Amino acid sequence: MTLSVAVEHQQGSFRLDARFVCGEGVTALFGQSGAGKTTVVNAIAGLMRPTRGRITLDGETLFDADRGIHIPARKRRFGYVFQEGRLFPHLTVRQNLTYSRWFGSGEPGAADIGHIVELLGLGDLLERRPARLSGGEKQRVAIGRALLARPRVLLLDEPLASLDAHRRNEIMQYIELMRDEVRIPIVYVSHSAEEVVRLAATVVLMSAGIVVTMGEVEEVMGRPDLRAAAGIFEGGTVIDARVTGQDMQYELATLAFDGGVLTVTNLDALIGEPVRVRIRARDVSIALEPPRGISIQNVLPGKVAAISAGSNGVVDISVAVGSVILRSRITRRAVEQLGLMPGLEVYALIKAVSLDRSGGR
Amino acid sequence: MFPLSATELEIVLLSVKIALWSVAVSLPLALAAAYLLARHDFPGKSFVDAVIHLPLVLPPVVVGYFLLLLLGRRGPLGAWLEEWFGIVVAFRWTGAAIACSVMGFPLMVRAIRLSIEAIDPGLEAAAETLGAGRAGIVFTVTLPLALPGILTGMLLSFARSLGEFGATITFVSNIPGETQTLPLAIYALTQVPGGDSAAMRLCVLSIILSLAALVVSETLVRRASRRVLGYDTVGRG
Repeated sequence: MTLSVAVEHQQGSFRLDARFVCGEGVTALFGQSGAGKTTVVNAIAGLMRPTRGRITLDGETLFDADRGIHIPARKRRFGYVFQEGRLFPHLTVRQNLTYSRWFGSGEPGAADIGHIVELLGLGDLLERRPARLSGGEKQRVAIGRALLARPRVLLLDEPLASLDAHRRNEIMQYIELMRDEVRIPIVYVSHSAEEVVRLAATVVLMSAGIVVTMGEVEEVMGRPDLRAAAGIFEGGTVIDARVTGQDMQYELATLAFDGGVLTVTNLDALIGEPVRVRIRARDVSIALEPPRGISIQNVLPGKVAAISAGSNGVVDISVAVGSVILRSRITRRAVEQLGLMPGLEVYALIKAVSLDRSGGR
Repeated sequence: MFPLSATELEIVLLSVKIALWSVAVSLPLALAAAYLLARHDFPGKSFVDAVIHLPLVLPPVVVGYFLLLLLGRRGPLGAWLEEWFGIVVAFRWTGAAIACSVMGFPLMVRAIRLSIEAIDPGLEAAAETLGAGRAGIVFTVTLPLALPGILTGMLLSFARSLGEFGATITFVSNIPGETQTLPLAIYALTQVPGGDSAAMRLCVLSIILSLAALVVSETLVRRASRRVLGYDTVGRG
Protein backbone atom coordinates (compact mmCIF):
# COMPACT_ATOMS: atom_id res chain seq x y z
CA MET A 1 0.00 0.00 0.00
CA THR A 2 1.39 3.33 -1.05
CA LEU A 3 -0.18 6.66 -0.32
CA SER A 4 1.05 9.41 -2.55
CA VAL A 5 0.32 13.03 -1.83
CA ALA A 6 0.93 16.08 -3.98
CA VAL A 7 -1.22 19.00 -2.90
CA GLU A 8 -1.11 22.75 -3.15
CA HIS A 9 -3.36 24.98 -1.16
CA GLN A 10 -3.72 28.71 -0.72
CA GLN A 11 -5.36 29.97 2.44
CA GLY A 12 -5.07 33.69 2.94
CA SER A 13 -1.36 34.43 2.85
CA PHE A 14 -0.41 30.87 3.79
CA ARG A 15 0.72 28.73 0.91
CA LEU A 16 1.00 24.97 1.16
CA ASP A 17 2.91 22.84 -1.32
CA ALA A 18 3.46 19.31 -0.10
CA ARG A 19 4.57 16.26 -2.06
CA PHE A 20 5.55 12.96 -0.55
CA VAL A 21 4.91 9.24 -0.60
CA CYS A 22 4.21 6.93 2.33
CA GLY A 23 4.46 3.18 2.33
CA GLU A 24 3.50 0.76 5.06
CA GLY A 25 4.77 1.67 8.49
CA VAL A 26 5.02 5.06 10.12
CA THR A 27 5.81 8.17 8.13
CA ALA A 28 6.24 11.21 10.33
CA LEU A 29 5.12 14.64 9.19
CA PHE A 30 7.55 16.62 11.26
CA GLY A 31 7.89 20.36 11.70
CA GLN A 32 7.06 23.34 13.86
CA SER A 33 3.48 24.36 14.51
CA GLY A 34 2.18 26.42 11.63
CA ALA A 35 4.19 24.40 9.11
CA GLY A 36 0.96 23.12 7.55
CA LYS A 37 1.09 19.55 8.84
CA THR A 38 -2.52 19.37 9.99
CA THR A 39 -3.73 20.92 6.73
CA VAL A 40 -1.96 18.15 4.83
CA VAL A 41 -3.52 15.46 7.03
CA ASN A 42 -6.97 17.00 6.64
CA ALA A 43 -6.49 16.94 2.89
CA ILE A 44 -5.49 13.27 3.02
CA ALA A 45 -8.53 12.49 5.19
CA GLY A 46 -10.83 14.31 2.80
CA LEU A 47 -11.95 16.86 5.38
CA MET A 48 -10.40 19.66 3.36
CA ARG A 49 -10.28 20.19 -0.37
CA PRO A 50 -6.94 21.56 -1.58
CA THR A 51 -6.74 24.09 -4.39
CA ARG A 52 -4.64 21.86 -6.61
CA GLY A 53 -2.99 18.48 -6.73
CA ARG A 54 -3.59 14.76 -6.45
CA ILE A 55 -3.87 12.19 -3.69
CA THR A 56 -3.80 8.50 -4.55
CA LEU A 57 -3.73 5.24 -2.63
CA ASP A 58 -2.11 2.56 -4.75
CA GLY A 59 -3.96 3.02 -8.06
CA GLU A 60 -7.05 4.65 -6.60
CA THR A 61 -7.50 8.38 -7.03
CA LEU A 62 -8.94 10.01 -3.92
CA PHE A 63 -8.44 13.56 -5.00
CA ASP A 64 -7.56 15.10 -8.32
CA ALA A 65 -8.18 18.80 -8.75
CA ASP A 66 -7.72 18.71 -12.53
CA ARG A 67 -10.24 15.94 -13.02
CA GLY A 68 -12.59 17.30 -10.36
CA ILE A 69 -12.36 14.16 -8.22
CA HIS A 70 -12.87 14.49 -4.48
CA ILE A 71 -13.89 11.31 -2.68
CA PRO A 72 -15.65 12.44 0.51
CA ALA A 73 -14.06 11.56 3.84
CA ARG A 74 -16.77 9.07 4.74
CA LYS A 75 -15.93 6.94 1.71
CA ARG A 76 -12.14 6.98 2.05
CA ARG A 77 -11.95 4.65 5.05
CA PHE A 78 -8.98 6.52 6.46
CA GLY A 79 -8.72 6.31 10.24
CA TYR A 80 -8.05 9.65 11.90
CA VAL A 81 -6.86 10.13 15.46
CA PHE A 82 -7.21 13.77 16.37
CA GLN A 83 -5.05 15.76 18.74
CA GLU A 84 -7.93 16.19 21.19
CA GLY A 85 -9.29 12.68 20.68
CA ARG A 86 -12.74 13.90 19.70
CA LEU A 87 -14.57 11.04 21.35
CA PHE A 88 -18.34 11.32 21.24
CA PRO A 89 -19.21 12.55 24.73
CA HIS A 90 -22.73 11.11 24.72
CA LEU A 91 -21.59 7.57 23.95
CA THR A 92 -19.82 5.04 26.14
CA VAL A 93 -16.34 3.83 25.27
CA ARG A 94 -17.85 0.68 23.79
CA GLN A 95 -20.26 2.71 21.64
CA ASN A 96 -17.42 4.99 20.56
CA LEU A 97 -15.31 2.02 19.56
CA THR A 98 -18.05 0.47 17.48
CA TYR A 99 -19.42 3.72 16.06
CA SER A 100 -18.24 2.95 12.52
CA ARG A 101 -20.30 -0.24 12.31
CA TRP A 102 -23.43 1.87 11.84
CA PHE A 103 -22.03 3.11 8.57
CA GLY A 104 -19.20 0.83 7.50
CA SER A 105 -19.57 -1.65 4.70
CA GLY A 106 -18.21 -4.45 6.83
CA GLU A 107 -19.05 -4.85 10.47
CA PRO A 108 -16.13 -5.49 12.79
CA GLY A 109 -16.69 -8.87 14.38
CA ALA A 110 -16.69 -9.49 18.10
CA ALA A 111 -13.20 -10.97 17.67
CA ASP A 112 -11.88 -7.74 16.14
CA ILE A 113 -13.32 -5.70 18.98
CA GLY A 114 -11.96 -8.09 21.57
CA HIS A 115 -8.56 -7.97 19.96
CA ILE A 116 -8.35 -4.18 19.80
CA VAL A 117 -9.66 -3.88 23.35
CA GLU A 118 -6.89 -6.17 24.50
CA LEU A 119 -4.19 -4.57 22.36
CA LEU A 120 -4.95 -1.11 23.74
CA GLY A 121 -5.85 -2.20 27.25
CA LEU A 122 -9.39 -0.86 27.16
CA GLY A 123 -11.12 -3.71 28.98
CA ASP A 124 -11.96 -1.79 32.15
CA LEU A 125 -13.14 1.32 30.35
CA LEU A 126 -15.85 -0.04 28.06
CA GLU A 127 -18.90 1.15 29.99
CA ARG A 128 -17.50 4.57 30.88
CA ARG A 129 -18.19 7.80 29.11
CA PRO A 130 -15.35 9.95 27.77
CA ALA A 131 -15.73 12.58 30.50
CA ARG A 132 -14.59 9.93 32.98
CA LEU A 133 -11.41 9.04 31.09
CA SER A 134 -7.92 10.45 31.58
CA GLY A 135 -6.17 12.10 28.66
CA GLY A 136 -4.15 8.99 27.90
CA GLU A 137 -7.19 6.72 28.08
CA LYS A 138 -9.07 9.01 25.71
CA GLN A 139 -6.30 8.75 23.12
CA ARG A 140 -6.19 4.98 23.43
CA VAL A 141 -9.94 4.83 22.80
CA ALA A 142 -9.55 7.22 19.86
CA ILE A 143 -6.88 4.95 18.36
CA GLY A 144 -9.10 1.91 18.90
CA ARG A 145 -12.08 3.63 17.35
CA ALA A 146 -10.05 4.51 14.25
CA LEU A 147 -8.66 0.97 13.96
CA LEU A 148 -12.08 -0.68 14.30
CA ALA A 149 -13.28 1.22 11.24
CA ARG A 150 -10.79 -1.05 9.42
CA PRO A 151 -8.91 1.84 7.87
CA ARG A 152 -6.77 1.61 4.76
CA VAL A 153 -4.57 4.43 6.05
CA LEU A 154 -4.18 5.68 9.59
CA LEU A 155 -3.67 9.38 10.30
CA LEU A 156 -2.49 10.53 13.73
CA ASP A 157 -2.39 14.28 14.30
CA GLU A 158 -0.21 15.04 17.32
CA PRO A 159 -2.01 12.41 19.38
CA LEU A 160 0.30 12.98 22.35
CA ALA A 161 0.36 16.76 22.36
CA SER A 162 -2.09 17.21 25.21
CA LEU A 163 -0.51 14.57 27.45
CA ASP A 164 2.16 14.78 30.14
CA ALA A 165 5.51 13.03 29.71
CA HIS A 166 4.49 9.90 31.57
CA ARG A 167 1.29 9.42 29.55
CA ARG A 168 3.15 10.19 26.34
CA ASN A 169 5.52 7.35 26.98
CA GLU A 170 2.63 5.02 27.75
CA ILE A 171 0.71 5.88 24.57
CA MET A 172 3.87 5.59 22.49
CA GLN A 173 4.16 2.00 23.66
CA TYR A 174 0.61 1.33 22.47
CA ILE A 175 1.29 3.03 19.16
CA GLU A 176 4.37 0.83 18.74
CA LEU A 177 2.30 -2.28 19.37
CA MET A 178 -0.27 -1.17 16.86
CA ARG A 179 2.34 -0.12 14.30
CA ASP A 180 3.93 -3.54 14.38
CA GLU A 181 0.59 -5.19 13.79
CA VAL A 182 -1.26 -3.30 11.07
CA ARG A 183 0.08 -3.39 7.54
CA ILE A 184 -1.10 0.01 6.37
CA PRO A 185 0.50 3.39 5.85
CA ILE A 186 0.46 5.43 9.05
CA VAL A 187 0.96 9.18 8.85
CA TYR A 188 2.09 10.56 12.18
CA VAL A 189 2.07 14.33 12.65
CA SER A 190 4.39 15.65 15.32
CA HIS A 191 6.62 18.51 16.31
CA SER A 192 8.51 16.35 18.79
CA ALA A 193 11.83 14.86 17.68
CA GLU A 194 11.58 12.30 20.47
CA GLU A 195 8.30 10.87 19.14
CA VAL A 196 9.47 10.88 15.55
CA VAL A 197 12.74 9.12 16.31
CA ARG A 198 10.99 6.52 18.38
CA LEU A 199 8.02 5.74 16.17
CA ALA A 200 8.75 6.58 12.58
CA ALA A 201 10.77 4.91 9.84
CA THR A 202 10.49 7.78 7.38
CA VAL A 203 10.36 11.52 8.05
CA VAL A 204 8.82 14.24 5.94
CA LEU A 205 10.21 17.49 7.30
CA MET A 206 7.90 20.46 6.72
CA SER A 207 8.52 24.11 7.23
CA ALA A 208 6.33 27.10 6.32
CA GLY A 209 4.05 25.06 4.09
CA ILE A 210 6.65 23.18 2.08
CA VAL A 211 8.41 19.85 2.39
CA VAL A 212 12.03 20.63 3.19
CA THR A 213 13.23 17.07 2.86
CA MET A 214 12.12 13.50 3.32
CA GLY A 215 14.05 10.36 4.05
CA GLU A 216 14.86 7.77 6.66
CA VAL A 217 14.72 8.86 10.26
CA GLU A 218 18.41 8.17 10.95
CA GLU A 219 19.47 10.30 8.04
CA VAL A 220 17.07 13.25 8.28
CA MET A 221 17.16 13.63 12.05
CA GLY A 222 20.95 13.72 12.10
CA ARG A 223 21.42 16.49 9.62
CA PRO A 224 22.64 19.64 11.35
CA ASP A 225 21.63 21.86 8.44
CA LEU A 226 17.95 21.07 9.08
CA ARG A 227 17.88 22.41 12.60
CA ALA A 228 16.29 25.70 11.61
CA ALA A 229 13.51 23.99 9.66
CA ALA A 230 12.86 21.55 12.45
CA GLY A 231 12.71 24.37 14.98
CA ILE A 232 13.06 22.93 18.46
CA PHE A 233 14.97 19.98 17.13
CA GLU A 234 18.71 20.12 17.73
CA GLY A 235 21.23 18.44 15.53
CA GLY A 236 22.35 15.07 16.70
CA THR A 237 22.79 11.44 15.92
CA VAL A 238 20.23 8.65 15.95
CA ILE A 239 21.69 5.26 16.81
CA ASP A 240 19.96 1.91 16.54
CA ALA A 241 21.20 -0.29 19.35
CA ARG A 242 20.29 -3.34 21.37
CA VAL A 243 20.12 -3.68 25.14
CA THR A 244 22.91 -5.99 26.27
CA GLY A 245 22.97 -5.48 29.99
CA GLN A 246 21.18 -4.01 32.97
CA ASP A 247 23.05 -2.88 36.05
CA MET A 248 20.49 -3.00 38.83
CA GLN A 249 22.85 -1.65 41.46
CA TYR A 250 23.62 1.58 39.61
CA GLU A 251 20.44 1.61 37.55
CA LEU A 252 22.37 1.70 34.32
CA ALA A 253 21.94 -0.14 31.03
CA THR A 254 24.45 -1.01 28.36
CA LEU A 255 23.60 -0.83 24.68
CA ALA A 256 25.57 -2.36 21.84
CA PHE A 257 25.66 -0.71 18.43
CA ASP A 258 27.81 -0.83 15.28
CA GLY A 259 30.71 1.01 16.77
CA GLY A 260 30.83 0.07 20.39
CA VAL A 261 28.95 0.05 23.62
CA LEU A 262 27.01 2.85 25.27
CA THR A 263 26.20 3.16 28.93
CA VAL A 264 22.95 4.95 29.63
CA THR A 265 20.77 5.61 32.63
CA ASN A 266 18.14 3.03 33.34
CA LEU A 267 15.98 2.11 30.38
CA ASP A 268 12.52 0.75 30.56
CA ALA A 269 13.54 -2.06 28.22
CA LEU A 270 14.44 -5.73 28.41
CA ILE A 271 17.79 -7.26 27.58
CA GLY A 272 17.91 -8.09 23.89
CA GLU A 273 15.31 -5.49 23.03
CA PRO A 274 16.20 -3.13 20.19
CA VAL A 275 16.19 0.54 21.13
CA ARG A 276 16.93 3.77 19.36
CA VAL A 277 18.76 6.57 21.10
CA ARG A 278 19.40 10.10 20.01
CA ILE A 279 22.53 11.91 21.05
CA ARG A 280 22.44 15.67 20.74
CA ALA A 281 25.50 17.08 18.97
CA ARG A 282 26.13 19.51 21.82
CA ASP A 283 26.38 16.61 24.30
CA VAL A 284 29.35 15.09 22.46
CA SER A 285 32.84 16.31 23.39
CA ILE A 286 36.05 15.44 21.57
CA ALA A 287 39.37 14.36 23.11
CA LEU A 288 42.65 13.40 21.48
CA GLU A 289 43.45 10.80 24.14
CA PRO A 290 41.22 8.73 26.42
CA PRO A 291 40.81 11.02 29.43
CA ARG A 292 41.40 9.94 33.02
CA GLY A 293 39.75 11.13 36.17
CA ILE A 294 36.59 12.16 34.47
CA SER A 295 32.93 11.43 35.21
CA ILE A 296 32.01 10.71 31.62
CA GLN A 297 30.90 7.11 31.16
CA ASN A 298 31.09 6.80 27.39
CA VAL A 299 34.43 7.16 25.62
CA LEU A 300 34.16 5.99 22.01
CA PRO A 301 37.23 5.81 19.76
CA GLY A 302 36.65 7.06 16.23
CA LYS A 303 38.00 9.06 13.36
CA VAL A 304 37.10 12.58 12.26
CA ALA A 305 35.11 12.19 9.04
CA ALA A 306 34.22 15.77 8.29
CA ILE A 307 34.35 19.25 9.76
CA SER A 308 31.61 21.61 8.69
CA ALA A 309 32.11 25.33 8.91
CA GLY A 310 29.65 26.64 11.41
CA SER A 311 28.68 30.12 12.43
CA ASN A 312 28.92 32.06 15.70
CA GLY A 313 32.14 30.33 16.67
CA VAL A 314 30.50 26.90 16.54
CA VAL A 315 31.63 23.96 14.40
CA ASP A 316 29.96 20.62 13.70
CA ILE A 317 32.31 17.63 13.61
CA SER A 318 31.36 14.25 12.17
CA VAL A 319 33.16 11.39 13.87
CA ALA A 320 33.03 7.91 12.38
CA VAL A 321 32.54 5.44 15.22
CA GLY A 322 32.32 2.03 13.62
CA SER A 323 29.67 2.41 10.94
CA VAL A 324 27.95 5.22 12.77
CA ILE A 325 28.60 8.88 12.07
CA LEU A 326 28.44 10.67 15.39
CA ARG A 327 27.88 14.41 15.35
CA SER A 328 29.61 16.69 17.77
CA ARG A 329 29.16 20.39 18.19
CA ILE A 330 32.14 22.24 19.64
CA THR A 331 33.71 25.70 19.44
CA ARG A 332 35.96 26.75 16.61
CA ARG A 333 38.67 27.55 19.14
CA ALA A 334 38.56 23.94 20.37
CA VAL A 335 38.94 22.71 16.80
CA GLU A 336 42.08 24.80 16.43
CA GLN A 337 43.49 23.94 19.85
CA LEU A 338 43.14 20.21 19.16
CA GLY A 339 44.23 20.59 15.56
CA LEU A 340 41.24 18.59 14.36
CA MET A 341 41.21 17.56 10.73
CA PRO A 342 39.52 14.79 8.74
CA GLY A 343 41.21 11.43 9.29
CA LEU A 344 42.46 12.24 12.78
CA GLU A 345 41.87 9.58 15.42
CA VAL A 346 39.89 10.99 18.35
CA TYR A 347 37.70 9.95 21.26
CA ALA A 348 34.09 11.02 21.45
CA LEU A 349 32.91 11.65 25.02
CA ILE A 350 29.24 11.31 25.93
CA LYS A 351 27.68 11.70 29.36
CA ALA A 352 25.45 8.74 30.17
CA VAL A 353 22.73 11.03 31.51
CA SER A 354 22.55 13.06 28.31
CA LEU A 355 21.09 10.27 26.21
CA ASP A 356 17.44 10.57 25.26
CA ARG A 357 15.42 7.58 26.17
CA SER A 358 13.88 6.90 22.78
CA GLY A 359 13.33 3.19 22.94
CA GLY A 360 11.57 1.25 20.23
CA ARG A 361 12.42 -0.75 17.21
CA MET B 1 -59.86 24.15 44.90
CA PHE B 2 -60.40 20.47 44.13
CA PRO B 3 -62.33 18.69 42.75
CA LEU B 4 -62.45 20.54 39.46
CA SER B 5 -65.75 21.10 37.79
CA ALA B 6 -66.41 19.37 34.48
CA THR B 7 -65.99 22.65 32.64
CA GLU B 8 -62.70 23.42 34.34
CA LEU B 9 -61.36 19.97 33.56
CA GLU B 10 -62.39 20.38 29.96
CA ILE B 11 -60.59 23.73 29.72
CA VAL B 12 -57.40 22.33 31.23
CA LEU B 13 -57.39 19.22 29.05
CA LEU B 14 -58.08 21.28 25.93
CA SER B 15 -55.28 23.70 26.80
CA VAL B 16 -52.81 20.86 27.31
CA LYS B 17 -53.94 19.11 24.13
CA ILE B 18 -53.51 22.26 22.05
CA ALA B 19 -50.12 23.01 23.61
CA LEU B 20 -48.83 19.46 23.05
CA TRP B 21 -49.98 19.43 19.45
CA SER B 22 -48.46 22.83 18.82
CA VAL B 23 -45.10 21.55 20.13
CA ALA B 24 -45.39 18.36 18.07
CA VAL B 25 -46.19 20.24 14.87
CA SER B 26 -43.43 22.81 15.22
CA LEU B 27 -40.66 20.47 16.44
CA PRO B 28 -39.62 18.94 13.08
CA LEU B 29 -39.74 22.31 11.35
CA ALA B 30 -37.84 23.99 14.17
CA LEU B 31 -35.15 21.27 14.10
CA ALA B 32 -34.69 21.73 10.36
CA ALA B 33 -34.62 25.53 10.61
CA ALA B 34 -32.23 25.52 13.58
CA TYR B 35 -29.84 23.08 11.90
CA LEU B 36 -29.87 25.11 8.69
CA LEU B 37 -29.20 28.37 10.52
CA ALA B 38 -26.52 26.89 12.77
CA ARG B 39 -24.55 24.85 10.28
CA HIS B 40 -25.04 26.39 6.84
CA ASP B 41 -24.51 29.67 5.09
CA PHE B 42 -26.83 30.49 2.24
CA PRO B 43 -27.98 33.63 0.47
CA GLY B 44 -30.81 35.35 2.31
CA LYS B 45 -29.93 33.69 5.63
CA SER B 46 -30.48 36.84 7.67
CA PHE B 47 -33.84 37.37 5.97
CA VAL B 48 -34.97 33.85 6.87
CA ASP B 49 -33.72 34.44 10.39
CA ALA B 50 -35.73 37.65 10.62
CA VAL B 51 -38.92 36.02 9.31
CA ILE B 52 -38.61 33.22 11.87
CA HIS B 53 -38.27 35.79 14.63
CA LEU B 54 -41.24 37.91 13.47
CA PRO B 55 -43.85 36.32 15.78
CA LEU B 56 -41.64 37.31 18.69
CA VAL B 57 -41.80 41.00 17.89
CA LEU B 58 -45.18 41.40 16.17
CA PRO B 59 -48.33 42.00 18.22
CA PRO B 60 -49.95 38.54 18.55
CA VAL B 61 -53.21 39.96 17.20
CA VAL B 62 -51.41 40.75 13.94
CA VAL B 63 -50.15 37.18 13.66
CA GLY B 64 -53.67 35.86 14.37
CA TYR B 65 -55.17 38.14 11.77
CA PHE B 66 -52.66 37.03 9.12
CA LEU B 67 -53.42 33.42 9.96
CA LEU B 68 -57.12 34.15 9.54
CA LEU B 69 -56.50 35.77 6.14
CA LEU B 70 -54.31 32.88 5.04
CA LEU B 71 -55.99 29.85 6.61
CA GLY B 72 -59.57 31.07 6.98
CA ARG B 73 -62.14 29.20 4.87
CA ARG B 74 -61.88 31.91 2.24
CA GLY B 75 -58.11 32.42 2.59
CA PRO B 76 -55.92 31.03 -0.22
CA LEU B 77 -54.39 28.25 1.84
CA GLY B 78 -57.52 27.56 3.87
CA ALA B 79 -59.73 27.24 0.78
CA TRP B 80 -57.22 24.91 -0.83
CA LEU B 81 -57.00 22.72 2.27
CA GLU B 82 -60.78 22.44 2.46
CA GLU B 83 -61.23 21.75 -1.24
CA TRP B 84 -58.57 19.07 -1.55
CA PHE B 85 -58.43 17.51 1.88
CA GLY B 86 -61.64 18.59 3.55
CA ILE B 87 -59.57 20.12 6.33
CA VAL B 88 -60.88 23.18 8.12
CA VAL B 89 -58.75 24.78 10.82
CA ALA B 90 -60.48 28.13 11.28
CA PHE B 91 -62.48 28.24 14.53
CA ARG B 92 -61.33 24.71 15.42
CA TRP B 93 -58.92 23.51 18.10
CA THR B 94 -56.49 22.55 15.31
CA GLY B 95 -56.38 26.21 14.31
CA ALA B 96 -55.59 27.11 17.91
CA ALA B 97 -52.67 24.63 17.85
CA ILE B 98 -51.40 26.22 14.65
CA ALA B 99 -51.61 29.72 16.14
CA CYS B 100 -49.71 28.52 19.22
CA SER B 101 -47.01 26.78 17.22
CA VAL B 102 -46.41 29.87 15.11
CA MET B 103 -46.11 32.01 18.24
CA GLY B 104 -43.77 29.55 19.94
CA PHE B 105 -41.69 28.79 16.84
CA PRO B 106 -38.99 31.47 17.25
CA LEU B 107 -38.40 30.47 20.87
CA MET B 108 -37.99 26.83 19.91
CA VAL B 109 -35.69 27.54 16.96
CA ARG B 110 -33.56 29.84 19.04
CA ALA B 111 -32.98 27.36 21.85
CA ILE B 112 -32.17 24.51 19.46
CA ARG B 113 -29.95 26.64 17.27
CA LEU B 114 -27.85 27.82 20.21
CA SER B 115 -27.31 24.26 21.39
CA ILE B 116 -26.30 23.09 17.91
CA GLU B 117 -23.88 25.99 17.57
CA ALA B 118 -22.29 24.97 20.84
CA ILE B 119 -21.36 21.54 19.44
CA ASP B 120 -17.74 21.18 18.33
CA PRO B 121 -17.83 20.72 14.53
CA GLY B 122 -14.74 18.57 15.04
CA LEU B 123 -16.98 15.84 16.43
CA GLU B 124 -18.99 15.87 13.23
CA ALA B 125 -15.77 15.71 11.21
CA ALA B 126 -14.66 12.74 13.33
CA ALA B 127 -17.95 11.00 12.58
CA GLU B 128 -17.39 11.63 8.89
CA THR B 129 -13.97 9.96 8.97
CA LEU B 130 -15.69 6.95 10.53
CA GLY B 131 -18.01 6.62 7.56
CA ALA B 132 -21.06 8.65 8.61
CA GLY B 133 -22.91 10.60 5.92
CA ARG B 134 -24.76 13.87 6.46
CA ALA B 135 -27.92 12.25 7.83
CA GLY B 136 -25.94 9.77 9.90
CA ILE B 137 -23.98 12.59 11.52
CA VAL B 138 -27.15 14.56 12.30
CA PHE B 139 -28.90 11.63 13.94
CA THR B 140 -25.95 10.11 15.82
CA VAL B 141 -23.96 13.18 16.81
CA THR B 142 -25.67 16.54 16.30
CA LEU B 143 -29.18 15.85 17.56
CA PRO B 144 -28.18 13.73 20.58
CA LEU B 145 -25.72 16.42 21.66
CA ALA B 146 -28.32 19.14 21.10
CA LEU B 147 -30.87 17.29 23.23
CA PRO B 148 -30.78 19.70 26.19
CA GLY B 149 -31.44 22.61 23.84
CA ILE B 150 -34.19 20.69 22.08
CA LEU B 151 -35.92 19.97 25.38
CA THR B 152 -35.56 23.58 26.46
CA GLY B 153 -37.03 24.72 23.16
CA MET B 154 -39.95 22.34 23.58
CA LEU B 155 -40.65 23.69 27.06
CA LEU B 156 -40.50 27.29 25.94
CA SER B 157 -42.88 26.55 23.09
CA PHE B 158 -45.21 24.58 25.38
CA ALA B 159 -45.32 27.37 27.94
CA ARG B 160 -45.86 29.95 25.24
CA SER B 161 -48.80 27.88 23.96
CA LEU B 162 -50.37 27.65 27.41
CA GLY B 163 -50.24 31.42 27.68
CA GLU B 164 -51.12 32.25 24.09
CA PHE B 165 -54.03 34.69 23.86
CA GLY B 166 -53.98 37.29 21.10
CA ALA B 167 -53.27 35.17 18.04
CA THR B 168 -55.63 32.41 19.19
CA ILE B 169 -58.62 34.61 19.91
CA THR B 170 -58.17 36.49 16.64
CA PHE B 171 -57.75 33.39 14.50
CA VAL B 172 -60.10 30.83 16.06
CA SER B 173 -62.20 32.96 18.39
CA ASN B 174 -63.25 31.98 21.91
CA ILE B 175 -65.50 28.92 21.55
CA PRO B 176 -66.07 26.94 24.77
CA GLY B 177 -65.13 23.30 24.31
CA GLU B 178 -63.41 23.93 20.97
CA THR B 179 -60.94 26.78 21.16
CA GLN B 180 -61.36 28.16 24.67
CA THR B 181 -58.02 27.59 26.37
CA LEU B 182 -57.16 28.73 29.90
CA PRO B 183 -56.27 32.34 29.12
CA LEU B 184 -59.33 32.72 26.91
CA ALA B 185 -61.61 31.26 29.57
CA ILE B 186 -60.10 33.54 32.21
CA TYR B 187 -60.64 36.50 29.94
CA ALA B 188 -64.26 35.47 29.30
CA LEU B 189 -64.95 35.09 33.03
CA THR B 190 -63.54 38.51 33.84
CA GLN B 191 -65.96 40.00 31.34
CA VAL B 192 -69.09 38.79 33.18
CA PRO B 193 -70.36 40.05 36.57
CA GLY B 194 -69.56 37.65 39.43
CA GLY B 195 -66.99 35.66 37.46
CA ASP B 196 -64.05 36.74 39.62
CA SER B 197 -63.77 33.71 41.87
CA ALA B 198 -64.10 31.29 38.95
CA ALA B 199 -61.43 33.27 37.10
CA MET B 200 -59.16 33.06 40.12
CA ARG B 201 -59.55 29.27 40.23
CA LEU B 202 -58.47 29.10 36.60
CA CYS B 203 -55.53 31.40 37.30
CA VAL B 204 -54.34 29.05 40.04
CA LEU B 205 -54.76 26.09 37.69
CA SER B 206 -52.74 27.94 35.10
CA ILE B 207 -49.92 28.52 37.57
CA ILE B 208 -49.91 24.87 38.66
CA LEU B 209 -49.80 23.71 35.06
CA SER B 210 -46.93 26.02 34.13
CA LEU B 211 -44.91 25.09 37.20
CA ALA B 212 -45.42 21.40 36.51
CA ALA B 213 -44.21 21.84 32.94
CA LEU B 214 -41.17 23.71 34.20
CA VAL B 215 -40.25 21.04 36.75
CA VAL B 216 -40.66 18.18 34.29
CA SER B 217 -38.61 19.92 31.64
CA GLU B 218 -35.87 20.97 34.06
CA THR B 219 -35.53 17.37 35.20
CA LEU B 220 -35.31 16.15 31.63
CA VAL B 221 -32.84 18.84 30.61
CA ARG B 222 -30.61 18.10 33.58
CA ARG B 223 -30.64 14.40 32.80
CA ALA B 224 -29.92 15.06 29.13
CA SER B 225 -27.10 17.51 29.91
CA ARG B 226 -25.47 15.02 32.20
CA ARG B 227 -25.61 12.50 29.42
CA VAL B 228 -24.25 14.89 26.86
CA LEU B 229 -21.51 16.15 29.16
CA GLY B 230 -20.69 12.51 29.51
CA TYR B 231 -21.16 11.65 33.14
CA ASP B 232 -22.55 8.25 33.83
CA THR B 233 -26.19 8.37 34.75
CA VAL B 234 -25.95 5.32 36.96
CA GLY B 235 -23.29 4.16 39.34
CA ARG B 236 -19.66 5.21 39.38
CA GLY B 237 -20.72 8.53 40.93
